[in-house]
Amino acid sequence: MIKLIALVPLFPLIGFLINGFFGKKISKGLSGSIASISVLASFIVSVLIFMELNHSVQKSNIVNVFSWINSDTLKIPFEFLVDPLSSVFLLIITGIGFLIHVYSTGYMKEDEGFSRFFTYLNLFIFFMLLLVLGNNYLIMFVGWEGVGLCSYLLIGFWFKNTSYNNAARKAFVINRIGDLGFLLGIILIFVTFGSISFNEVFDKAGTVGTPVITSIALLLFIGAMGKSAQIPLHTWLPDAMAGPTPVSALIHAATMVTAGIYMVTRSNIFYSISDVASNVVAITGIATALFAATIGLLQNDIKKILAYSTVSQLGLMFLGLGVGAYSSSVFHVTTHAFFKALLFLGAGSVIHAMGGEQDIRKMGGLKGHIKVTFLTMLLGTIAISGLPPFSGFFSKDEILAHVYEHSKILWVLGMVTSMLTAFYMFRMLFITFFGKFRGTHEQEHHLHESPSSMTIPLIVLAALSVIGGALGLPEFWGMPNWMHHNLESVILRPDPSILHHETEWMLMGLAVASAVAVILFAHNMYNKYGVLPAAKEEQLKPWQKLVYNKYYVDEFFDSVVRKPLDAVSGFFHKFIDNQIIDGIVNGVGSAVKGIGSGVRMLQQGNIGFYVISMVIGVVFIILLTFLIK
Amino acid sequence: MLAALLIGFPLLAALIVFSMKGNAARNFALGASVIEFILAVCAFICYKGNPACEQLHFHKQWVQSLGINFSVDIDSISLLLVLLTTFLVPLIILSSYKTEYQNPNSFYGLILVMQMALVGVFLANDGFLFYVFWELALIPIYFICLLWGGENRGQITFKFFVYTLLGSLFMLVGLIYLYNHTNNAAGLKSWDIQDLINSGRSLSSSQQGSVFWLIFIAFAIKMPIFPFHTWQPDTYVNAPTQGTMLLSGIMLKMGTFGMIKWLLPMVPLGLAKWGNTAMALSVIGIVYASCIAIAQKDFKRLIAYSSIAHVGLIAAGILSATQQGIQGGVMQMLSHGVNVVGLFLIADILIRHTGTREMDKLGGIRSMNGNFAVLFLIILLGSVALPLTNGFVGEFLLLSGVYQFGPYFAAFAGLGVILGAVYMLRGYQKIMLGERTDNHSAFGPLASSDKIVLTIVCLVIIVFGVYPKPLNDLAEEGVKLIMTNIK
Repeated sequence: MIKLIALVPLFPLIGFLINGFFGKKISKGLSGSIASISVLASFIVSVLIFMELNHSVQKSNIVNVFSWINSDTLKIPFEFLVDPLSSVFLLIITGIGFLIHVYSTGYMKEDEGFSRFFTYLNLFIFFMLLLVLGNNYLIMFVGWEGVGLCSYLLIGFWFKNTSYNNAARKAFVINRIGDLGFLLGIILIFVTFGSISFNEVFDKAGTVGTPVITSIALLLFIGAMGKSAQIPLHTWLPDAMAGPTPVSALIHAATMVTAGIYMVTRSNIFYSISDVASNVVAITGIATALFAATIGLLQNDIKKILAYSTVSQLGLMFLGLGVGAYSSSVFHVTTHAFFKALLFLGAGSVIHAMGGEQDIRKMGGLKGHIKVTFLTMLLGTIAISGLPPFSGFFSKDEILAHVYEHSKILWVLGMVTSMLTAFYMFRMLFITFFGKFRGTHEQEHHLHESPSSMTIPLIVLAALSVIGGALGLPEFWGMPNWMHHNLESVILRPDPSILHHETEWMLMGLAVASAVAVILFAHNMYNKYGVLPAAKEEQLKPWQKLVYNKYYVDEFFDSVVRKPLDAVSGFFHKFIDNQIIDGIVNGVGSAVKGIGSGVRMLQQGNIGFYVISMVIGVVFIILLTFLIK
Repeated sequence: MLAALLIGFPLLAALIVFSMKGNAARNFALGASVIEFILAVCAFICYKGNPACEQLHFHKQWVQSLGINFSVDIDSISLLLVLLTTFLVPLIILSSYKTEYQNPNSFYGLILVMQMALVGVFLANDGFLFYVFWELALIPIYFICLLWGGENRGQITFKFFVYTLLGSLFMLVGLIYLYNHTNNAAGLKSWDIQDLINSGRSLSSSQQGSVFWLIFIAFAIKMPIFPFHTWQPDTYVNAPTQGTMLLSGIMLKMGTFGMIKWLLPMVPLGLAKWGNTAMALSVIGIVYASCIAIAQKDFKRLIAYSSIAHVGLIAAGILSATQQGIQGGVMQMLSHGVNVVGLFLIADILIRHTGTREMDKLGGIRSMNGNFAVLFLIILLGSVALPLTNGFVGEFLLLSGVYQFGPYFAAFAGLGVILGAVYMLRGYQKIMLGERTDNHSAFGPLASSDKIVLTIVCLVIIVFGVYPKPLNDLAEEGVKLIMTNIK
């Protein structure tokens, strides 16, 4: 089965081609079914491969598809790598991808761009699969840029809206900044090792100096920062919420934005060698986690809250990577994919019920009207807040335990982030689903539960969010940590330090207690006393304004990058190019012309004169050749 | 024989076209250019079978006393450029089918003469012959721009003509200088490329440096490279679309090709001495032109500046004098040629359908013509070198080459990757996306000639993006040979 790995990306590619060429000619039902079935087929193959790999002794399997660039100086085979790490991502991408396809058939039902939507979605799955399956950095980069393209197309899906188009463009350009880092990293790998295939590069990684490895690791990490929205390249992700909600769930929560974590985990040897790079990763991670979590506290748009939460959770994953807890971070990618996809799809269901409204201040009391959505979102919220025995609890606790070994300060900051997370998530939940309905009568009349094509994926994801923790049970409980063992062969230099069991119990207890306390606090504030966010920005205190406006990072970049760039462009164009450079050229031209008109007097049509001048000219050229000597 | 035929056939066809009238001239020219492409494909097959095949070589004595020979040879790199030229000319002719030009017989005849000269430049293995073809190529394009160009064509075309002619004269001086130092096996002076190369390599470092600049300036003006570029935007914008396509799609490759085949092997010490400066100019040009592209309002002018940026990267890769850099340069010449023809056709389609190319006045075309939006997007992605489009492999190799020359040069050149996305996507958004504006008329379906050309361009972008191997193998082979000469 492993030999048939090419089928996994092939199915969505076929779906893409069918919908791309014939989507408009076939019915919406057929178009949606083709797209969904193609991903389901990939999922089934992925499961079979996963099971085969689990029983196999051979953990790392390279499958050649065709030779892409095959020359003496540059060999880049189009090869897939099937190993425990890629197989976990395969399951996430195709499994959650399938659920979201099904959900979308309901969510996008009325949209005139229905088949176009599924065309893009299938293409996205294809590129995402390339990204995690490639056996070298260039194939990874192909997928990497490909998913960026799909993200661009899907954020700007409703292309008549200028602000959506701007958001799409912003996402693409900021990602390109990261991509440049990634590309230079690949080039440095190529120049250093003479190859970019994973196994060849990793085998030789120990043989070159640490400074080179640090450079490689940092360049790659710049790429990861772009794709996974880490400070300061995070600003595109909240704007990306302009896309249809299933896109936010699939691309901007569960899969694409975790590509950076995949890349760093895949390249773990570099980060294990370079402490500098690891520290940069950890510090960027925690800074992003904390920063985004505070912004999440004051947002009122349900999708923006989830977007900042995603940025924050990604930061937490990078914190884990930075302290060498690679398998824990991948575990958190998995559980996060479950509950964050669930939360976004739930938010989509809420927005659907509210007739397009996204402001939680205008919601309230929805729990009675949309019960399935409410219950599933409740489970998702508990999972992300880290209450046992829900999935988020296990993965987050594992990361924080590793952080504690590494640095107490980072651990404290990580704990603060978790508490903030629990707070803003329950704030969202209480304001949205509890209290009285605050929308218009019309909306209240319209409130309804979504169709089963949407609720079934919610239920499945809710179940996964509840039990997903079983993938990585804590070892100090005497339980098997499957995720950890599964990835052992991929983590080339595992972190040797071990914590005492008492310490682990203590950390876990603290985490649970603090989460419970925060949730009770949120309950009192938003449910018991019914506090509501300020209706207008003017009512906010200065520090709240600062946070509410996302610390004015966008404005900052606008005034230090975009405006100067525009000014420089105009300056180069109007002054340097048109005045200076062209001025010199024209000046030389008219000087010659001036001489020319003087010389013209000599032109009297006398052939003899022309011959003489020609001779002088030739002599001049010959003289010149001697002068150069 | 085939080599000579590739040069002779377009000239013959041109003579016939000159004598024809009306649309017949156009159709005949199209047919002739397709046959020329088939000839080039035959050369390709011939070469694949046996690179030493005598069909690919043609030598005749010309001016014996001066050591001038009419020698044309097809090797791997020139084969690629001949394939590019002969592939593009039919597309360029087809793209004119919706425009009525006065005196079509002269117009299409000149295009074919141009093709003859271009193929000659790529095949010539004699320095004098190379120079003759080089200058010959300027004449038809001069008339195409002058007679069928836009408003200020007189002044602009004159500037273009004088500027590039001046550059060529520098090259002539450089070549004569080398010729004076030749000393072939028979103890005579010779224009043969290998003799010129040997002559250049026997010079001292400072002499090579002078020759480097004399010849480099000619190429730098032709491409053009910063700061020799100011003739280009006006000329591109004012030339008729087909003229712009010839200039940007093929003619500028004369410069990059000349650097690979003539300049680098002749003066390795000159390159070692001045490579840094030339590299700096190329790399500055990338960022400089990209920045200016952002400020453009006219889409055609935007493409003109983006072309300066692209060619800057090609030149930088070649100047790195590394296997990857030069190979990337060859690959990128091919993809840039195809993509830029697509882009200029899009600019032409815009003005034909809406009466304007001003991006601020356009908008909402996507909702009126979805197919055009898709074709445009694919060409745009090729132009920003997204992986799996034809632009990517070349760009990767180019940046690798520049990186080996100096990591900071590569990082700076790489800014073009970001800025390219900025101006291209901004342009696409303004033209295609958003609500339909009232500033222009409805955008109907594409003419079938336009559809054919755009579809072919898109196919090439994807096919050679996914499977660049055939082109890449040829490029590698040729560059390896060059590399043995450079070291």
